[in-house]
Amino acid sequence: MDNVAAAPLLPEVREAMLPYLGQIFGNPQSLHNWGDGAREALEGAREQVAALIGGASEEIVFTSSGTEANNMAVKGIARARSEKGKHIIVSAIEHFSVFNSARTMQREGFEISLAPVDSTGTVIPAELLKLVRPDTVLISVMHASGEVGTIQPLAEIAAGLPKDGPVLHTDAVASAGNIPVDVKKLGVQALSMAGNQFNGPRGSAALWIKRGVRILPLLDGGIQEGGRRPGTEDVPAIAGLGKAAEIAKRDLEVRMERLSGLRDMLIEGVLGEVEHSVLTGHPVNRLPGYASFCLRFIEGEAILMLLNSHGIAAASGSACTSRALKASHVLLAMGINHELAQGSVLFTLGPNNDAEDVKYVLENLPKVVDRLRQMSPLYSKYLKEQKG
Amino acid sequence: MPVYSEKVMQHFMNPHNVGEIEDADGVGEIGNPVCGDMMTFYIKVKDNRIEDVKYKTFGCGAAIAVSSMVSDLVKGKTLEEALTVTPSMVAKELEGLPKNKLHCSNLGAQALHKAIKNYAIKNKIDIPGLTDKEEPEEDEHACET
Ligand code: FES
Repeated sequence: MDNVAAAPLLPEVREAMLPYLGQIFGNPQSLHNWGDGAREALEGAREQVAALIGGASEEIVFTSSGTEANNMAVKGIARARSEKGKHIIVSAIEHFSVFNSARTMQREGFEISLAPVDSTGTVIPAELLKLVRPDTVLISVMHASGEVGTIQPLAEIAAGLPKDGPVLHTDAVASAGNIPVDVKKLGVQALSMAGNQFNGPRGSAALWIKRGVRILPLLDGGIQEGGRRPGTEDVPAIAGLGKAAEIAKRDLEVRMERLSGLRDMLIEGVLGEVEHSVLTGHPVNRLPGYASFCLRFIEGEAILMLLNSHGIAAASGSACTSRALKASHVLLAMGINHELAQGSVLFTLGPNNDAEDVKYVLENLPKVVDRLRQMSPLYSKYLKEQKG
Repeated sequence: MPVYSEKVMQHFMNPHNVGEIEDADGVGEIGNPVCGDMMTFYIKVKDNRIEDVKYKTFGCGAAIAVSSMVSDLVKGKTLEEALTVTPSMVAKELEGLPKNKLHCSNLGAQALHKAIKNYAIKNKIDIPGLTDKEEPEEDEHACET
């Protein structure tokens, strides 16, 4: 149940990619016939991706990853608009690809402001809007958190922005293909998405940039993607992305309903059966497949290892789990303390999970938790305090 | 998840000597400055020997394996012998630890030393090797909060 880390490739997507790994190996930029098939694939995929998010196909730029799309949006838009001003606002729970891009811009002379979130991981629009200045050129707020699943009030933020003011970019990597995403309804001018978050191939992603919004390329090169993203196109990956986008759009409602049902079953089960557990993220405005918790008195890596021994894959934002040994900045920004953040565990459900899987987790998680609590000094302290 | 040695996995899946000693002769509690975790060691001493040792650990898989290994290494040993247990020794006995998990082995050795020190103070005795062993070994990680 760690679909966010590696969602399985759909068989139909694989089928759509195969021709471009075989007979149709042409370069879309070639003028001869061999290039035609590849060119068609590219333009077909562009339409499929644009349709998924309600944009126009010529506004889509293919990239190699959500990380690249975010880098391109933050750096490319900030640099293109630097004459207008040098102030950027990002939310406190952004992905590192946005955060660190903002940091890079800081080294290039920009000022960065962090917009706070409340305890549900929701950006507070009024607080963000207070940070807007005449020289603010870019605001980046993710559409939904890949860590706690909270969906952000982007439309509300967009509505409060001055006309012809800052460009609003959203990192929709966790949401696109999983919940309805419509760039017009959201009111954004740039949006990042990635295929591997909705059962498309890795290495396939896109940035949507509204017509008229200026952006500088990250790389200098040729004319591919209108010069905005030079480099020979990865046609098989892009064809797969297009197919995955088409399927995601087609199946969105059914999938959402199914996954939300499983998610709610898991959330209710965990909160009901595991004492001292809290749900992280928003109780209602959350991604369909996301069930995230903090379990008190125990540590996430140990939880994951024991779950793994029962054949259950999950993720955690605990300090011990992270390579840098730092607790998740998302959890901390939500006001969760270091000790509670240690007990973070995240289940992400996907197309291959069913009610049996959820039941299996609900059978085993309490045992795992109990076992670790039996050896936790914090838990025994707590029990002693309870006794008085 | 980090790749742990088989030894670490064995101790993690089946930790030895977990628990508390109600009437312990020495108790040592230590918090991990790196990731905020915690370990408590309890010892029962008889004739200068660690007759029984137990612990509780709030931490990662490595920390749990470390505490189990430390308890194995010192059970039945004299206090002087127990004080010679170092984090690197523990890591070696566990067939190595991933680099960013070495600090978890400090946790184990330090908590044990603290328990022995606690015993020494309570009984007003001097144990050779105690004072110079009590300082934590150099930690590779800066403490970031
Ligand atoms: S106790 Fe936190 S990394 Fe080992």
